[in-house]
Amino acid sequence: MGKKETLIKKVSVAVRHPLSAGKRLTKRLLKKPGRAAVVLFSLCTGLSLSHAGIAAEALVAVASNFTAPAKDLAAMFEKDTGHKITLSFGSSGKMLAQIVNGAPYDVFMSADQAKPEKLEHDGLAVKGTRFTYALGTLALWTADSGSSAEAILRNDQYQHIAIANPRLAPYGVAAEQVLEHLDLTGSSQPRRVMGENITQTWQFIASGNAEIGFVALSQVMKDGSITSGNAWIIPPEYYQPVKQDAVLLKRAVQNDAATAWLAYLQSENAAVILQRYGYGNFPVTP
Amino acid sequence: MHLSDSDLSAIWLTLKLATLVTLILLVVATPIALWLSRSQSRFTGVVSAVVALPLVLPPSVLGFYLLIAMGPNGPLGQFTQSLGLGTLPFTFTGLVVASVIYSLPFVVQPIQNALTALGKRPGEVAATLGAGPIDSFFHVTLPLAKPGFLTAAVLGFTHTVGEFGVVLMIGGNIPDQTRVISVQIYDHVEALNYGQAHTLSGLMVAFAFIVLLALYGLRRRNKQGGGSWL
Amino acid sequence: MAVNSADRIRARVLLQRSDFTLNADLHLPGTGFSVLFGHSGSGKTTLLRCIAGLEKAAAEIALGDEVWQSDTVFIPVHQRPLAYVFQEASLFDHLSAQGNLDFAVKRARQPVSQSEKSAIIELLGIGHTLQRYPANLSGGERQRVAIARALLSKPRLLLMDEPLAALDEQRKQEILPYLESLRSEFSLPVIYVTHSVNEVARLADHLIAMENGNVMAQGSLEETLADPDFPLQLGEEAGVVLDTYVTALDPQWHLAQFEVGNGFGIWIRDSGHRKGDMARLRILARDVSLAVSPQSETSIQNALPCTVEAITSDNHDALALVKVRVGDAPLLSRMTRRSVASLQLEPGKVMWAQVKSAGLV
Repeated sequence: MGKKETLIKKVSVAVRHPLSAGKRLTKRLLKKPGRAAVVLFSLCTGLSLSHAGIAAEALVAVASNFTAPAKDLAAMFEKDTGHKITLSFGSSGKMLAQIVNGAPYDVFMSADQAKPEKLEHDGLAVKGTRFTYALGTLALWTADSGSSAEAILRNDQYQHIAIANPRLAPYGVAAEQVLEHLDLTGSSQPRRVMGENITQTWQFIASGNAEIGFVALSQVMKDGSITSGNAWIIPPEYYQPVKQDAVLLKRAVQNDAATAWLAYLQSENAAVILQRYGYGNFPVTP
Repeated sequence: MHLSDSDLSAIWLTLKLATLVTLILLVVATPIALWLSRSQSRFTGVVSAVVALPLVLPPSVLGFYLLIAMGPNGPLGQFTQSLGLGTLPFTFTGLVVASVIYSLPFVVQPIQNALTALGKRPGEVAATLGAGPIDSFFHVTLPLAKPGFLTAAVLGFTHTVGEFGVVLMIGGNIPDQTRVISVQIYDHVEALNYGQAHTLSGLMVAFAFIVLLALYGLRRRNKQGGGSWL
Repeated sequence: MAVNSADRIRARVLLQRSDFTLNADLHLPGTGFSVLFGHSGSGKTTLLRCIAGLEKAAAEIALGDEVWQSDTVFIPVHQRPLAYVFQEASLFDHLSAQGNLDFAVKRARQPVSQSEKSAIIELLGIGHTLQRYPANLSGGERQRVAIARALLSKPRLLLMDEPLAALDEQRKQEILPYLESLRSEFSLPVIYVTHSVNEVARLADHLIAMENGNVMAQGSLEETLADPDFPLQLGEEAGVVLDTYVTALDPQWHLAQFEVGNGFGIWIRDSGHRKGDMARLRILARDVSLAVSPQSETSIQNALPCTVEAITSDNHDALALVKVRVGDAPLLSRMTRRSVASLQLEPGKVMWAQVKSAGLV
């Protein structure tokens, strides 16, 4: 694994990834209209197309907080290996439910540890492939760049504080721990508004409806600096680390692209990207 | 079947929201429907399209725009702040406003259809018998278009009960304020509490089924009685 | 009949539509039936709706001294003391026949007494329908309830838009007598729209002929219909209608004599009349011939001295319509142009009108 060789594999695309296959088909049709009739005929008769000369590919379920770095990583990965990665973003909980119900994902990159653990335990993931691919960093953020998020919180100058729903999102749990640590649980309680996930929490703050809120540093950081507003990077000792685990799913045991992707996540290249987006990396299998 | 306190509070909140929204909608939608069904103005097309927008827009889009519009920097937010009301997101009032906008087409359209089917003749007859516009509306139009109003009320109510995307966007999930049943179910599902999710979802399905059954039953009876339906 | 000038109805209407222009100026008497007569599309219904205020138009409308509409005034429909009977039965479906009547009584322009109410219900013969809903009434019953409802609102002007047009012949015959009693028992002015010559003959006191949105002729029924230049092609139905009464009876031959032209009379078969009974006679042009002398060797019994007033060409090149006057009553006679020539007919010439038959309407 990790070899930068191009693995050529014959894959029955239409059967494995109907959506991505459809997209590529459209592209091909546009490029070679002459073949359109043949291709359409094959589609209509329900024949699956076998394509020679396509590298292995994998469908990866990614927790939404990791959207931006995952895209960068995938682009680099495809260039380096020739494999094809299709990313699907969403809340970890929803993706877990989809996987349990047979969704065709090859790799699951959760926002927490519990869900990949559960899949491993239930036999839906390959034992021994789980590892922490990123350490989430929590930030208290305000969309108003003229003020200090930390000061607003400490001086009690807010009407709404947004956090992710702790029942659903690990960042929400971490946010509660920070408030507890600062002894602000009681005073903030009536002013808390909860996003169902960390993206929605960010929207509440970005739209100005909540003056401050706890977000993932990755959401407000790019290339090592805060993109807009003002963020207070919460000291790590205020909360339990937000460990984000990835795991190889059962159906992908034989998928070279999937195993290569997992290896790539632990590479030096990946570490650089993670840092740029404000994630601590944790490249050790627990 | 077990319902937690927070489930019960979500149910109560939802019923309160839907009832209030339905009443407001009947008042707001009726003049719009009257105008749309009677006016020859070339702006009816524009107004119809605006009213119908929530039908085709994903709730998340509507919720997103409402979040921005009602926020401190949005036009609605500026307005409510200038009235000293603060901003509307994360409040029950905000949910009411959003739900009224979201469910508007479900109330306007059945009323409009009923009024269009009724035509202008009953109103003309009433006028020639000396009934003024308000008299005519309450004693002629309303009773004749009653089935349309009933359909509108039922659709407005059930649609508000079932609303999720918009509430999610502007609600902030605050118990007794904005945490309605659909959000509560979503939370249960996301937190993998499938048992509780099943209980609430089952209740929703049963509720929706019973209401629709009653509605269609009424429709049938009315049809047989020769009443005017949509 | 005495026309109180203060109650005259005045309607001047100008309505411009993309494919149609209505331009009418009406002066109608304050009592009796004024019938707007014309083919479909002539604008008579639109004119009626403009008078009611149901249609917006540039108009001057006044009932007596009361201005309903002018450049500066627009009294809304519900404040005009009128009632309107629509072509199709327009009862409120959610109310019983009784409920429909009560709707009008509650909003009537003047209080309606119980006896007035009973009288109107009796006049239209709808006592048996009162508890029923419109869905359970026949077309004729519905229209009668609608007419009663209109009367109960105590209007000062009743507008009727082809109230019989949607009914079959039998229902028409069922309702016409009610309309005639309405005409004879109420002094209420009525503007009545129709395209049926038969209804004109039976109901009209005053006739307004319309074509393409214009008023082609207006005046008393007798004179307007007798005008050989009457603008609407009536074909076989050309003729006059005379209001008259029974002057003598001949029981042996079952005949009755009706007064015509102040001092003259014509005999037709007696359908149970008494002396002095009022009746309307319709005499078609094709049933009148002219002779130089009162010929006795003919089956035609009715020969009346007359003076030729006007001669016009008819709808066929061979035919002419000749208007004559018997006393003060006009008659129309249809004949060939050759006859006109051979009899050397011209205005002022004295002739004998032979009336082959006349119909009671």
